[in-house]
Amino acid sequence: MFDDFIIRAFVAGIGLALITGPLGCFIIWRRLSYFGDTIAHSALLGVVIAYAMNFNLIIAVFAVSCFIALSLLFLQKRTNLPDDALLGLLAHSVLAIGLVLLGILSFIRIDLMGLLFGDILSVNITDVLFVWVGGSIVLIVLILIWRPLFAATVNLELAKAEGLNADLANAIFTILIASVIAISIKIVGILLITGLLIIPAAASRNLSSTPIQMAIISSVIGLVSVVLGLQTSMIWNSPTGPTILAIALGVFTLSLIPLKKLLISKKKIELSN
Amino acid sequence: MNNSLVELNNCGVFRNQKWLVRGVSLKVSQGEIVTLIGPNGSGKSTTAKMSLDILKPDEGTNTIKKDIRISYVPQKISIDWSLPLRSIDFVNLVTKHKTSEINDALGITGIQHLINEDVRNLSGGEFQRLLMARAIAKEPHFLVLDEPVQGVDYSGEIALYKTIQEIVKKINCGILLISHNLHVVMSQTDYVICLNGHVCCSGIPSSVIKDQEYIKLFGSNIDPTLSLYKHNHDHHHLPDGSIKEADKNK
Repeated sequence: MFDDFIIRAFVAGIGLALITGPLGCFIIWRRLSYFGDTIAHSALLGVVIAYAMNFNLIIAVFAVSCFIALSLLFLQKRTNLPDDALLGLLAHSVLAIGLVLLGILSFIRIDLMGLLFGDILSVNITDVLFVWVGGSIVLIVLILIWRPLFAATVNLELAKAEGLNADLANAIFTILIASVIAISIKIVGILLITGLLIIPAAASRNLSSTPIQMAIISSVIGLVSVVLGLQTSMIWNSPTGPTILAIALGVFTLSLIPLKKLLISKKKIELSN
Repeated sequence: MNNSLVELNNCGVFRNQKWLVRGVSLKVSQGEIVTLIGPNGSGKSTTAKMSLDILKPDEGTNTIKKDIRISYVPQKISIDWSLPLRSIDFVNLVTKHKTSEINDALGITGIQHLINEDVRNLSGGEFQRLLMARAIAKEPHFLVLDEPVQGVDYSGEIALYKTIQEIVKKINCGILLISHNLHVVMSQTDYVICLNGHVCCSGIPSSVIKDQEYIKLFGSNIDPTLSLYKHNHDHHHLPDGSIKEADKNK
């Protein structure tokens, strides 16, 4: 069954959507969308290292992403610079180092478009395994650290004061983001992954009234976007990653319609009649 | 015999080339309300944070009894717009409670009807009551209240302070309270510490108000008879303004 590249694409895409849902919610709640971008930019360095040393791409990107994430935590403690400045510093300097290395190691040939925008139709069975095994681990860890992480998201000092290990939860969370970005490189590419994290979560915000609801609805929206996006891209022969995001944007637009209000006012009209 | 929940011993915090607060010693025991008073920037919140171990003292030691439940009502807390959060979710933030417990806690602070309301729709005073309810629901051993009644209307303020006293009696916890309301501080606490970057004076309320340092900070025009005056209502109001039957144990 996994011989068919279309099926592999569906399985990988659906798996990714299920993880990006809840993680994307935390990224929105904690205002970390630029953080996702930073990790994604630095992924280029991981890709170059993987090619140069003939190493597994996902693991190399994961290692570099973790290094960047932990550097950020270190810099936050050591400097007085605001977070967005630190993120800009890391994102572009690591991107630059990646490009310099790429130039020096002239024997490396990288499909730059594939790297930037992903190519879900080219995922192999190993990639699918990485998505589902890695994704399951990410989800389980997220569920395990949910309480301290969520409490720290609402108020860091309160969480710390009442005995939750907020610092540890924060550090683990950054590593989770790094892993999801590593997993998703081949599927949606480094330019679009932040979109897959944020757009379904943003749409879900408009539809939910509790945090857990938002996380679950976000996964469902991601899933719908992947399925519809893949099918649409096959019909129109459009690039898959961008099509998925375009569909997600469509769902977001629909989510802006205030359904509840419309329903209530309809009822009122019925009642007054 | 040492029954203290939290002890600070000559603690100080040094930030940006200056001491925020220095030489603070205090002890909170079970069933005791200790109050910190002092002008803005005198290190009250910093001291509270040391007692919670959020801030590590740069000198001195802070000791917190092991395995006690702690509740904290911070001075400022803002909920991000992107968070869908109802009152009930907020009460469950650190520890999960039964719905009946949550109802009780919200009832004590008078906002039971707002249990499923989105937190961002609450007014400042209602949110403050929610913070208190969350802290109470945990039945803490040690409770830190950093200006817990800011933004609460006047009758609600007195009611909330009464609630605080009732909680101490009911669950026998120790409270560290930061308050600006000298009237309440002087009439309802066991021990007062007057801060201004260091401990100016401390003791039981009736001795503190006679202290020269205290008079320097808060002025001598605070009539001690007035600030110690326990004013007795023959009735009191519910949060919505209606009158509850007259207090019987007067």
